Amino acid sequence: MDLNEPVDYIARTAEQYSALGFEPYQWAHRPAAPPWAPLDKPLSESTILLVGSGGAYREGQVAFHWKDDTGIRHIPTDQPASDVRVTHFAYDLEPARSDPNIVFPVDRLNEMVTDGTIGGLAPETLACMGGIYSVRRAEEELAPAILDAVEQMPTDIDLVLLVPV
Amino acid sequence: MGLVARAIEAAGTPTICLTAARSITEAANPPRAAFVDMPLGYTVGRPHDPGFQTDLLNRALTAAWSITEPGTIVDIGVQWSDDQSWKDAATSGLDNGIRKADGDSRSPRIDEPQYQYESDRAAAEATTA
Repeated sequence: MDLNEPVDYIARTAEQYSALGFEPYQWAHRPAAPPWAPLDKPLSESTILLVGSGGAYREGQVAFHWKDDTGIRHIPTDQPASDVRVTHFAYDLEPARSDPNIVFPVDRLNEMVTDGTIGGLAPETLACMGGIYSVRRAEEELAPAILDAVEQMPTDIDLVLLVPV
Repeated sequence: MGLVARAIEAAGTPTICLTAARSITEAANPPRAAFVDMPLGYTVGRPHDPGFQTDLLNRALTAAWSITEPGTIVDIGVQWSDDQSWKDAATSGLDNGIRKADGDSRSPRIDEPQYQYESDRAAAEATTA
């Protein structure tokens, strides 16, 4: 491959599956134009909600299981990343367990509020575990759960920042 | 996360997806995305490098305001290293090109909570009891 180009994980996964004798994984394709909601305030006045799919949870919460877990966890935004745990079946966890900010950047976002870059943060962040194999379950279970949590936030949200792994 | 972004935006709240997997994001086609040329598992940067992480987040959030065409993915100019050789071995599983998985690189599928620390299990059981 041209190493200056992004890794094509769809093609690479298809090669792996083929080598194992499996049909290619059917990634979600949504060619229809995406929905659109305009941003109507500058970043410095906007309230941001972090949604991370790296499998974050905090002590006292039930950890994600590793078989299409479509649950979500609410984590207080003022909780430092050092108190955040991560669990996920599909990536190398050691670096993120050493510094959860690389998949769940709560410390950095709080600093950006303090220095005035960002207007504010929602009082809670939302965590889920990505890698849901069933596109149907991602759309019919996970997405509605996150949407419901977004709409229940006690503050108006100006932008949702989604961080996968 | 692209599908989740589409659902949130359809209900009226703007979204921006960070992504290190450009082809997967192109397929899911969320309203706004910021591409970083990073290994999977390091979406927001290198561990314990707050300067790198803050710069990346600044670029990603700024990109959200620069996008006017739904479905745009902006390359925000962040890469893991000048040495791109990690891409040769990178997969969407446990071998991300940076660290090799110990032994079997396939992803385990387990139907029980997988705690980071055994003490987390006790804490969760105390909370939910």
